[in-house]
Amino acid sequence: MTARESIFQNILTNQPAPRTLPVVPKFHSKKAQDLPQLFVQSLKTMAGDTVTEYPVDLNAFLRARFPSAKRFCSAVREYAGTCTPAEFSRWSDASNIDVTIVRSPLGVAETGSVLLSEREFQVNPIGFLAHDIVVLLDPRDIVENIHDAYAHPYFQETGYCVLMTGPSGSGDIGAVTVHPAQASMTLTVIFAPRN
Amino acid sequence: MSRVDQAEEAVKFMEDHLHEERLDRILWAARMRRDQAALQVPEWEELRDLASQIKEHTLSHLAHYLEEFEKNAQANGVTVHWARDAHEHNEIVYRLLSEKNVTALVKSKAMLTEECETRPFLETRGIQVTETDLGERIQQLDNQPPSHITGPAIHKTTEDVADLFSRVYGSDKTKADPIYLANIMRENTRPEFLKAGAGMTGGNFLVANTGAVVTVTNEGNADLSGNVPMLRICSVGIEKLIPSDEHLAVFIRLLTRSATGEKITQYTSTFRKPRKDGEMHIILVDNGRSARLGMERFWPSLKCIRCAACMNTCPVYRRSGGLSYGSNYMGPVGIIMMPTFDIHKYSELPFSSTLNGSCTNVCPVKIDIHEQIYAWREVMEDKGQIQIVKKEAMTVAGKVLSSPKLYRIATSSTETALKVLPGFAIYNPLNYWGKHRDVPEAAEETFHEWYKSHRLKGNEVLGL
Repeated sequence: MTARESIFQNILTNQPAPRTLPVVPKFHSKKAQDLPQLFVQSLKTMAGDTVTEYPVDLNAFLRARFPSAKRFCSAVREYAGTCTPAEFSRWSDASNIDVTIVRSPLGVAETGSVLLSEREFQVNPIGFLAHDIVVLLDPRDIVENIHDAYAHPYFQETGYCVLMTGPSGSGDIGAVTVHPAQASMTLTVIFAPRN
Repeated sequence: MSRVDQAEEAVKFMEDHLHEERLDRILWAARMRRDQAALQVPEWEELRDLASQIKEHTLSHLAHYLEEFEKNAQANGVTVHWARDAHEHNEIVYRLLSEKNVTALVKSKAMLTEECETRPFLETRGIQVTETDLGERIQQLDNQPPSHITGPAIHKTTEDVADLFSRVYGSDKTKADPIYLANIMRENTRPEFLKAGAGMTGGNFLVANTGAVVTVTNEGNADLSGNVPMLRICSVGIEKLIPSDEHLAVFIRLLTRSATGEKITQYTSTFRKPRKDGEMHIILVDNGRSARLGMERFWPSLKCIRCAACMNTCPVYRRSGGLSYGSNYMGPVGIIMMPTFDIHKYSELPFSSTLNGSCTNVCPVKIDIHEQIYAWREVMEDKGQIQIVKKEAMTVAGKVLSSPKLYRIATSSTETALKVLPGFAIYNPLNYWGKHRDVPEAAEETFHEWYKSHRLKGNEVLGL
């Protein structure tokens, strides 16, 4: 008997009596919500920043915000950067990136999360090996809560996607959350309407 | 296998008051943050009910959902493997690595791989395994198992880590600064992601209708482990299934709030397909789970989502530290899981609880943890796993406490004895309570004696 057959045989013998699957409500607030404002507050608690006014000159803004950065990897139309994801045929080479710029199709007000996938990254490690990450988000793409977020088609369609909520952090030393962990050191979300 | 004596190991931990008091303080703070987070969600209790019902439904249809998951994962281009036990799991991992000539593996934290002892299995076969979760890496470098499900090194002070890193990495021992130390870890671990031939993750959830593995981390190390190397291996217990993303949302809202009080972790990631030009393998591990499913009283422990809220609230865990349990899963949920792996070895664990019910109250999936702990005590009695001294003491206590007359004689004679007996007689080896604290001074009279002499007679009225 194979391992699979053996496991299934045990499960079928031991499964408890059937229980009913409940219906999950969306839990939307009854009051009108300022979703962009809630998003900003939520992301702030996770040490992420939101720029609510789109910069007049994105290039100048990024240069000023990351003065020591040299390699800007852009995966967006709005900004050329110094390189693009297509240049990283070896994915581990993305560790040389200082700043990655991508656009998210979805924000979550409840948590301050942005949804990103292989469609945005093209080369997934650019979202984690870069020192800093900047995410453009149309405030109209912000949904109220996690229930709304998981209705997004990306979870059915993409090979990899992530709800990113703040920079990489760890509370494993001294029970104090600090932000030089394994992935990006900062996360900046810029409200930027889609054209 | 010798019996784990949690009480004895706890004593060793408690001898160092600095560590004991610190652990108690930071875990209680986590419990308080969990309460605040729950209060901010009006539907919190409804979410707990839903989570419990979803898990119970899935476990009661586990064969169906496993088949659905396997079919969808395979359609996504993933290879699905089945492992009856830890050894089969480890053999599969090693075979996958060998086939690709992989000698360096980066892995994110997965309690399942602790359960399977995967790291030592691979290391003895020449594979370099680097734990990439900061806490797990600290424990690896210190040659210790995790002491907590979500904070593996939570029992260590910042000074302990500074000392460890100075020995391993040559960093400044006097700089007990979490930011400095986290940077040391970052500098030393990130190169491992780049050179590793394979990345390994666990899985917090398996989504049946999409074939997805969902991981939850603060550091992004699962995303790095799963995205940088060509070969991705995900090892997950068969109980981690849920039907769909609609249900996943319920658990994502509960998990981190229960664990740390935050609304979500920094990276909540969904892996469905291999990366470009790469391979993705999912190993579905039984290792006793299908047998536990048939334990009428104990199968609900399979609902656990590993948030550790029960540990953070448990007065025994907070004072004794996770290593004292001598087990892969520790604290209240460990107490109800571990005897299913080895009933003799873990037969003492169910007695490491005050049965105060706090663990049950905070459990996001409503496992009746303290009632299961009590039920495990009954099992230990039935299976003859209780040590003779404890059994005899409990028999005597049962007789005394069930008879008012015997109880009065016992309390009165004990107080007399405490007044006249020398210290060596009071602090004898059978007096476990007095092993680490002073026995209180005997009262002049028992409450019953006081009541008898003061009670009102006839029509007397208390003159208050």
